[in-house]
Amino acid sequence: MYKKSILRLFFLFLTFHIRSQTTFPSNGAPHPVHSTHAFINASLFIDYETFVKKGTLLIKDGKVIAAGLKVEVPKEAIIHDLEGKYIYPSFIDLFCDYGIPESTTQRAPRNGPQMQSNIKGAYGWNQAIHSETEAHKLLQHQNDLALEFKKAGFGTVLTHKKDGIVRGSGTLVNLSNKKENECIVNDRTAGFYSFNKGSSTQDYPSSLAGAVALLRQTYYDALWYAAAEDNKEYNISLDEFNKLKLLPSVFESTDKYDVARIEQLAKEFNTTYLVKACGTEYQRISDMKESGLKFILPLNFPDAYDVQDPFEAEALHLSDLKHWELAPSNPSAFEKYFIPFCLSASDLKNKDQFLHQLRKAVRYGLTEKTALKALTFQPAAFLNVQNKIGSLKPGFQANFFISTTSVFEQDAIVLQHWVLGEAETFSDPEKPDLSGTYELRAGKKTYTVTISGSTSQAEGYILADTAKAKFTFSFIPPLFSFSFPYDSSKTARASGYLQKKNKTISGKGQWADGDWFNFEMQYMTAPDSIKSAKKSTPPLQLGKVIYPFTAYGEAIPESEGTFRNNWNKFKNRYSAILIKNATVWTNKGDTVLLDHDVYVVNGRIVRIAPNIEAPKLAFAKIIDAKGKHLTPGIIDEHSHIALSRGVNEGTEASSAEVRMGDAIDPEDINIYRQLAGGVTTAQLLHGSANPIGGQSALIKLRWGQNAEGLKYEKSAPFIKFALGENVKQSNWGDRSVVRFPQSRMGVEQVYMDFFIRAKEYKALKQNSSKGAVFRIDLEMEALSEILENKRFITCHSYVQSEINMLMHVADSMGFKVNTFTHILEGYKVADKMKFHGANASTFSDWWAYKNEVMEAIPHNAAMLSKMGVITAINSDDAEMARRLNQEAAKAIKYGGLSETEALKLVTLNPAIMLHIDDKVGSIAVGKTADLVLWTDNPLSVYARVDKTIIDGQIYFDRDEDQKLKTYIKEEKARLIAKIIQEKQYGGKMQKAKTKQKKLYHCDTMESDYQSVLITNEIMTHD
Amino acid sequence: MIKANFNTVLLFWSIGLFAQNKPHIAFINATAHIGNGQVIEKSLFVINGNKIESIVDVTGIKLNPSAFDTVIDLSDKHLYPALINVNNILGLHDAEAVRATADFAEVGQLNPHIRALIAYNTDNQIIPTVKTNGVLYTQVTPRGGLISGSSSIMALEGWNWEDAVLKADDGIHVNFPSIVETRMNESNEQYKKRQKHFQDEMQKLNHFFREAKAYCNSETKPETNLRFEAMKTVFSGTARLYLHTNSAKDILNTIAFVQQHTIKYPVLVGAKESYKVVLELKKSGIPVMLNRVNDLPLREDDDLDIVFKLPALLQKDSILFCLQLEGDMEAMQSRNLPFNAGNAVAYGLSKEEALAAISLNAAKIMGVSHILGSLEENKLASFVVSNGDLLDMKSNAVVMAFISGKAIQLNNKQTELYQKYLNKYRLK
Repeated sequence: MYKKSILRLFFLFLTFHIRSQTTFPSNGAPHPVHSTHAFINASLFIDYETFVKKGTLLIKDGKVIAAGLKVEVPKEAIIHDLEGKYIYPSFIDLFCDYGIPESTTQRAPRNGPQMQSNIKGAYGWNQAIHSETEAHKLLQHQNDLALEFKKAGFGTVLTHKKDGIVRGSGTLVNLSNKKENECIVNDRTAGFYSFNKGSSTQDYPSSLAGAVALLRQTYYDALWYAAAEDNKEYNISLDEFNKLKLLPSVFESTDKYDVARIEQLAKEFNTTYLVKACGTEYQRISDMKESGLKFILPLNFPDAYDVQDPFEAEALHLSDLKHWELAPSNPSAFEKYFIPFCLSASDLKNKDQFLHQLRKAVRYGLTEKTALKALTFQPAAFLNVQNKIGSLKPGFQANFFISTTSVFEQDAIVLQHWVLGEAETFSDPEKPDLSGTYELRAGKKTYTVTISGSTSQAEGYILADTAKAKFTFSFIPPLFSFSFPYDSSKTARASGYLQKKNKTISGKGQWADGDWFNFEMQYMTAPDSIKSAKKSTPPLQLGKVIYPFTAYGEAIPESEGTFRNNWNKFKNRYSAILIKNATVWTNKGDTVLLDHDVYVVNGRIVRIAPNIEAPKLAFAKIIDAKGKHLTPGIIDEHSHIALSRGVNEGTEASSAEVRMGDAIDPEDINIYRQLAGGVTTAQLLHGSANPIGGQSALIKLRWGQNAEGLKYEKSAPFIKFALGENVKQSNWGDRSVVRFPQSRMGVEQVYMDFFIRAKEYKALKQNSSKGAVFRIDLEMEALSEILENKRFITCHSYVQSEINMLMHVADSMGFKVNTFTHILEGYKVADKMKFHGANASTFSDWWAYKNEVMEAIPHNAAMLSKMGVITAINSDDAEMARRLNQEAAKAIKYGGLSETEALKLVTLNPAIMLHIDDKVGSIAVGKTADLVLWTDNPLSVYARVDKTIIDGQIYFDRDEDQKLKTYIKEEKARLIAKIIQEKQYGGKMQKAKTKQKKLYHCDTMESDYQSVLITNEIMTHD
Repeated sequence: MIKANFNTVLLFWSIGLFAQNKPHIAFINATAHIGNGQVIEKSLFVINGNKIESIVDVTGIKLNPSAFDTVIDLSDKHLYPALINVNNILGLHDAEAVRATADFAEVGQLNPHIRALIAYNTDNQIIPTVKTNGVLYTQVTPRGGLISGSSSIMALEGWNWEDAVLKADDGIHVNFPSIVETRMNESNEQYKKRQKHFQDEMQKLNHFFREAKAYCNSETKPETNLRFEAMKTVFSGTARLYLHTNSAKDILNTIAFVQQHTIKYPVLVGAKESYKVVLELKKSGIPVMLNRVNDLPLREDDDLDIVFKLPALLQKDSILFCLQLEGDMEAMQSRNLPFNAGNAVAYGLSKEEALAAISLNAAKIMGVSHILGSLEENKLASFVVSNGDLLDMKSNAVVMAFISGKAIQLNNKQTELYQKYLNKYRLK
């Protein structure tokens, strides 16, 4: 229990139960108390928009009786005179785990795969789905934390168990010291969700995309479960999930791009979520607006960084520094965009930082009114309890706090917090203010004593014969003791009490020689009202948000207006581009046109000819390409860039339900780096850890756009398959010998099994009568699409036997393997591949990294091409993708392809195999203007990219790049100077730490992706 | 005397002409890239036995064919010194992921006595695929620990390591502790741990060097210490000390370390951020084996092209450097060494400077430039002939290669497989 202070004893009478616990027996005589309390002369916020100066608040039995200016105080009321103090309705925090014991199951070091849930009982299959968790059944008061909350202004919290992807229901609790029975405002108040599997030790899901897929499938399963009548299993998880769905839903995000993921779920399942934000949302504020979702905002603004060592400070990215500067403007961005939000003390290391951070948010543009609304009315309204809490109107719960002054003032503190009519006192609000001048008569001597400063930090001095000395005192009302020097080196001590009537203190003292004296200290005048000079804060000057929020992002120019996100419009500034006098590699046969012009209007190529006349359009750009080479944009068939939190959901033999499109990270710097290498389109593939991987995402490298904006419109859907050492886990260590399959023999049977099941699923679906209950299985849906030739396979493959096998499986099931990727032994079965109609996407010269690549040859691409197999060179590597033109050129050296054929390996051929060659892959009239301008023959190691154009817009330009570099340098210098200034003000510092993104390859396992999630939390260095 | 044009040369190999003891051969009309920055458009290049006899401009010279065993006409072809692949595990593994084939790292932290050449397998499968692109020497280097062991300079030809070695134990490799964080997303605890770890490692290293020096200086040794013994050559100056480090701050620390322990021949390896401390580096006189050109920048804010530009930046400041490939799949990547150099040309290095960065400079840094690195008199007759520009993958086509005056085979397992399947499919 909280250790009661003497002060609390003083207020003990307030702690008696106002509402008795009806069902509990009483030991001895019951002690019912039904006092009325009147708080008078207070600056009173009745609700966030109703403020009265010198108002009165009347409460009884934990409820508000009346509040306002003209409130009659009944004579039985206990009166609290709050002259000069403020009263606010208690704040409400919707995101915490107050009073909920932590999960006891910790993720143990891996002992080999765990395929099944280890929760015993009639629960669902996945250990991260905790629909049955009910916070109100777990709740136990956590008094230390309750005190912290109350001191920060919070009187009511919505608490839940922060564990798992589905986290069960949260409960709304008043932070009173009463028994839990009386504190729970509402038992099952809201459902909680996240993409973080928490304490689950089960392997699936190991990636973000897997977590999204699991949640999606759970929704479908619950729909089926609710509707199915007979022959259904009993499943606690699904049963409870259906109940949970009826409650308001809170979804925890750990990344601003999670919001789009949550939005997708909301649309798919016709629901809505209250999103617990992570604090970076201002970086994509218009996306937040368009999501139509509501938000819980943390105030976790990062501390400044220690930048003293310029080398160490280089660990800080521009985005870290900019976020440091702009994070406090997050709430005000929401306000400006009229996005509904409430505020929370979550993500703060200590709750006592909350008011400080709140003031910071206000300083950065959040209005006080909206701040109050976001702490009182709004959270209550989100939970439909705005008629119970969040305001001090008659009938509302008497939850409020008293502060020294307006909470938005720099040193305001909470003095007392009343919850359910019960007070928690931090400092007595009625503690008399002693400041003033007194006449001290001690024995026969008379002195003048002055006490100044606030109640908590008062100090005094004494004047004797014009000599000024320190007057030391202690005041625990009403007792007052003091000492002062006299006769140069002697000290007198005295002790007495304060008489309430006339502010006179009287008592007994003792001189240095032991003689006693009587004293009386009489109040004379009020202190001189010397307004403590307010610390002048420098005017707020903030940098701009850049898109994307990372180095090489761009701000929107002032002329475009900053209120709405005009980024896309800004980027599309040219309606026409005319490229003059280029050497044009058309990819039509072997045609390379010398000294030709290419004219692009509205993103499409409209003319290719010599000497095209310059257009007279207002927004036309003319590029002099004399001596330069123009090629179609490079298409990387096999890429793992721009993906968040895991590229492999390799925990099961099939993860066909997983979509890489759910995990796109539009801020990966590799997008920009690869633009600078001429890449315009990339297929983001699931990894190769299992025979049936996840669904691919095709993106255009539209640097600056959001995830949706990157996706290639209406492209054919693909899925990743994999064969060989990765899927049989040959190189995963000695423990990975559990998951099926462990041999190439087993791999074949995985396919037979899944495709036969998909066929049966398809038949069942077709035969199920209209309106009948049918369980949608996302995995089977994806596989059915393959069987229907609506989804296409890119299969990671090395050895000829397995390539042969998959073609046999496909033939027997009636579909084609669209693409074999890696396919290092493709040259051995080129004739078979040609016959089957498969395409090949390979490396130029990689080999010798594992056993199955020992028979790879660099002539593979050329030989496959010569055999008539459509062949591409891909990267699977963020570095190599920057110079795919060079990799293509190796096919000239190894196997003797012509230069034009070699170029097609990274342009037209991947376009064909991705079914987008009607739009891109060559330079022809009518095609999309995805173009690259090179300084030299594009197949030469000496060629550099000068410009990369996507959809007729310039996304990379060497001159622009120079400007961006200058911007990065200047902006970082400005921010570091600002940090140094902040340091002089004594701001908190943290060590500079790099946050590097992971580079993914096919075989990257994200078994520790949970640790990546933590990075969104702000870590301060002590 | 046989006068041959280029096309008959392949035939000569097969009849063993070059197998004779001291062949005296003239190569005429090739564009010779000397390796020291010079180019001779039409050259006369003469080898005698295992040495280069002379190289001159052939224009105006009346050649007396009878003075040579063979005269080979290399019109329209390019002549280059043998490329040198420094700091690499080439020869120490076949399939990298298969533990049984991997021999490039030993357990333990302080292993100066570990010798890479011992595990260097001349029958390794990767080596022949590297020679075909013009790389004829490698500095076989161990990895791992704080002190990995010693490297040796090997020819990519030989019956066994003893046969292939050009200079044994040319230097000892130290993986210098890093004070600068390059790992992802560390927590405060990890940060503190890393700081502590850094200090411990530095202490360990300093301590070892002091102890080793004291040991080497002492006249009486009651007990032999293999690790200390191995350091002798570093202190005496007959071997290099290779210090692997990348970030600017670490480079400064490395320079200080070298001064503190008065290392005679220190070499920086990696030095990705050397461009930030050029002046200090220059003052120290320490040469650099530079990070691979085909790499990503260290940080997301960095200049996109910084890694490509790095060689040109060091060149501009007259810092002696060569290129190396330490990193992912470095053994297999050895065959791309010329293209790494070529890539730097697109970002400011001249072609001949790029060539020097993989030939003469490498030889200088390792202390073997008196016998290797350029097409100059009295050096070993180790060179390659290419149909086109060796540094551009589009034109790199090595048709002839000599190591110490001996013509070497340019086929390998991969070309054989290629041939086999060309036959299967009846392709040309």
